[in-house]
Amino acid sequence: MTDIEHGSFKSYVLGFTLCILLTLVAYFIVVKNLMTGLMLNISLFILGFSQAWVQLVLFLHLGKESKSRSNLLIFLFMVLILAIIFIGSLWIMFSLNSRVMPKM
Amino acid sequence: MIQSDLFGKLTLSAFKHNAIEMGASISMVLMVIAAVTFLTYKKLWKWLFTEWLCSLDPKKIGVMYLFVAGLMLLKGLIDAAMLRAQQVLSVGDSYGYLSEGHFQQIFTAHGTLMIFFVGMGIIFTLFNLVVPLQIGARDVAFPFLNAVSFWLFFAGFLLLNTSLMIGEFSEAGWVGYSPLTESKYNPGVGVDYWIWSIQIAGIGSLLSGVNFFVTIIRMRCPGMTFMKMPIFVWTVLATTVLILFAFPILTVTLGLLSFDRMFDTHFFTTGSGGNPMMYVNLFWAWGHPEVYILILPAFGIFSEVVPVFSQKKLFGYTSMVWAIAAITVLSFIVWLHHFFTMGASPNVNAFFGAMTMLIAIPTGVKIFNWLFTMLRGRIRLTTPMLWFLGFVGTFTIGGMSGVLLSIAPFDFQAHNSLFLVAHFHNVIIGGVVFGFFAGFTYWFPKFTGFKLNETLGVYAFWCWLIGFCLAFFPLYILGLMGATRRLSHYDAGLGWQPYFIIAAVGVVVIFAGFGFQVLQILYSIKDRKNNLDTSGDPWNGRTLEWSIASPPPLYNFAIEPNVDSIDAFYEMKQKGDLNKHPHYEDIHMPKDSPVGFLVGALMFTFGFAIIWQIIWLVLISFIATVALVIKHLCYDDTEYTITASELEKTESKRNT
Amino acid sequence: MTTDHLKHETENYNKTVFGFWVYLMTDCLLFGTLFVTYFVLQHSTFGGPSGKEIFSLPFILTETVVLLLSSFTCGISGISVNHHDKGRVIGLYLITFLLGATFVGMELYEFTELVKEGYSWKRSAFLSSYFTLVATHGFHVSMGLIWIAVMIFQIYFKGLTWIVHKRLTCLRLFWHFLDVVWIFIFTFVYLMGAS
Repeated sequence: MTDIEHGSFKSYVLGFTLCILLTLVAYFIVVKNLMTGLMLNISLFILGFSQAWVQLVLFLHLGKESKSRSNLLIFLFMVLILAIIFIGSLWIMFSLNSRVMPKM
Repeated sequence: MIQSDLFGKLTLSAFKHNAIEMGASISMVLMVIAAVTFLTYKKLWKWLFTEWLCSLDPKKIGVMYLFVAGLMLLKGLIDAAMLRAQQVLSVGDSYGYLSEGHFQQIFTAHGTLMIFFVGMGIIFTLFNLVVPLQIGARDVAFPFLNAVSFWLFFAGFLLLNTSLMIGEFSEAGWVGYSPLTESKYNPGVGVDYWIWSIQIAGIGSLLSGVNFFVTIIRMRCPGMTFMKMPIFVWTVLATTVLILFAFPILTVTLGLLSFDRMFDTHFFTTGSGGNPMMYVNLFWAWGHPEVYILILPAFGIFSEVVPVFSQKKLFGYTSMVWAIAAITVLSFIVWLHHFFTMGASPNVNAFFGAMTMLIAIPTGVKIFNWLFTMLRGRIRLTTPMLWFLGFVGTFTIGGMSGVLLSIAPFDFQAHNSLFLVAHFHNVIIGGVVFGFFAGFTYWFPKFTGFKLNETLGVYAFWCWLIGFCLAFFPLYILGLMGATRRLSHYDAGLGWQPYFIIAAVGVVVIFAGFGFQVLQILYSIKDRKNNLDTSGDPWNGRTLEWSIASPPPLYNFAIEPNVDSIDAFYEMKQKGDLNKHPHYEDIHMPKDSPVGFLVGALMFTFGFAIIWQIIWLVLISFIATVALVIKHLCYDDTEYTITASELEKTESKRNT
Repeated sequence: MTTDHLKHETENYNKTVFGFWVYLMTDCLLFGTLFVTYFVLQHSTFGGPSGKEIFSLPFILTETVVLLLSSFTCGISGISVNHHDKGRVIGLYLITFLLGATFVGMELYEFTELVKEGYSWKRSAFLSSYFTLVATHGFHVSMGLIWIAVMIFQIYFKGLTWIVHKRLTCLRLFWHFLDVVWIFIFTFVYLMGAS
């Protein structure tokens, strides 16, 4: 049998609805200036990653494979490497920019 | 700025070169003419097309990678000789025989082709030849993609060599730092040749990463769990993981640089907000995993060779696997050590320095495991074992110089000096090259049916080992004396020249080694009747590739093997468990196809056109490539069947 | 179909879909690198406009909803594939195509307006990284549209064979993946940039 089984109609409708909600909440927080600064960034961060998670689980059926969860494992490893490159690069570039770039 | 004439930026002046470049171009053209003449005379065009250009057989594709890698090794060694000669001569009042620009082009080409075409070439050679056999599979996961990968690699190879004849190559080093590689400082085609030859080859590498990763995960024969795979397969798996997650970074980095050059974007420019340091950061975020991509398969080769020639099981299988996993993850967390001196804070430098030192630990574990395998084994000092012993000595020294460099304060003294150059040549030659030579000798009989001549192999080994020491140990000293890399001239009275002379002698000795290897191959072919491998198992091997005939049939295994231990074939031999009454079944093989070759040809055209800004050709070749790929992917009839009875007939003929 | 043939087709299907997923993981690194470049360069406006000045959030919200809807229609087509409902599959892919084309059209409009005002990728590092990140996503979507068109033809002429099924699954993974990437662009480029 195929590894990736397809979701039910309900799961897609649920996924779609959640995504629309998460999108609209994030949109209105920004447009209506409901938060600023760190609170804003954290909220957007949470909303964005939640929506990504909804789509990964409900649309891409991540982690719902019937055997050897290789899809999930390689996804997690990718996330690890991406986080390393991301955080590493931002740390490095921030340090370099503050110490090397001329003060304009 | 983009031009839009019929030939873009290409004019007759692109064909004007100095005497040396003319000589090199003419030799290349003569070699091609000789090859064409030979093929025509022997009426081999159809054979070339059907047996090689259209082949989806990884055993053939592996040989083609080897062919390209071998040619590039020769070119790279000649480049090295030219560089060394210049540095011997260019002291004080003399300026040698190479102009500065030419010297820079040579070291750029040397680095680029050695890393991308020799290094990557030899590892893909072994992936293709050995991996399917070692896991008991008949092919890789995606045979068509495999062919496309090779032909993209070949397109990159062609582009790099075309730069010698038409136009020029980059003078900005194999790393191509901005802002030197921006159009403001390098408006010519050299940098573009550099970008596109490695960009196109890099896409081939990435696709191979996908291919071999899926092959190892999904196509192991029944019973071969992960912890029963040969260690070479583990290293290939780790290497594919590195390729998968590092090469996209290179694709983007080169892409952004090419956008800066073609579309006037400002990623790495020195104005309009660009950040040249970001180039360095991104380049090495790829670059460090790249060097582990090169070395891990070499470690894997030694894990195959040492047990067989010590006639003893590999010591510490589990710790080897964990060491490989640790190296894989760690290699993504060290990249800043390539630019300690760029100006990041001490905290940043300390963190990456510490991570770099850590990576020495799993590497050390592996070396100890190999040595413990040898302990109380019954050593057969064949050429592969010699290469291993050469590796242990040289790579350990190179690794230790690496640990020295990982200490940021020391690196501030040694960065971009000849000490650094000595370090990385030490680990690459001692590790990657020696490893490949060991693997080449070891697996040669499997794919040709006869062994290589031992004596010539021994001579080659000693020349390479002594040559390497002569060529690079002086560089450590020179580096500590203050000599920087990429110097085309230095002052008299520094006391450097004697060391450069010794290094030059070293290159000559290495050349002798290479010569012995070529001689060894030719002689062994001529003498093959005396060195035949009739059993398929000339070394009393331990892994599955030795269980089938040499050379293997197209389908590798007539019967899919069933394993239940590490060193499966060895165990089968011990138990006397070799298939006496085989039961054959139909097998599915992929149909050969010219599309891979055509994609390569089109991408070469695309690369050439984009370099010379021949817009109409860029568009046509790109659209044609997409159309061709789409057409092929719509095609359903990609396999053919070998029936059980045909299989039985072929196998019984083979056994009589 | 013999059991051996079925087994072979299933193995082929699983292997290809897994391989495609692995390729998507590499594409995540590709986008990730573009993202990190954007984050490093996003304040390098060099006297030119910042995100706040050029992003039109209502427009982007519309694009987002359009793409999300297309991801939904593409997703449920998988159910119809399982039910061997050729007509419905083609219908859903046609809708997906139209929505995707709308998305690309809107994006092209946004880009041309910016260029007309003089705010092209040549103006500053921020604009270079913005255009490149968003256009790379748009390019992927365009490739997806070509793929959808080709698949519609394949479904019509060949029917829902194993091979077509295999290709449709890969296409669905690709299309969903592009919407996941868009969430990050929407959130971290547009919303954060405009606030």
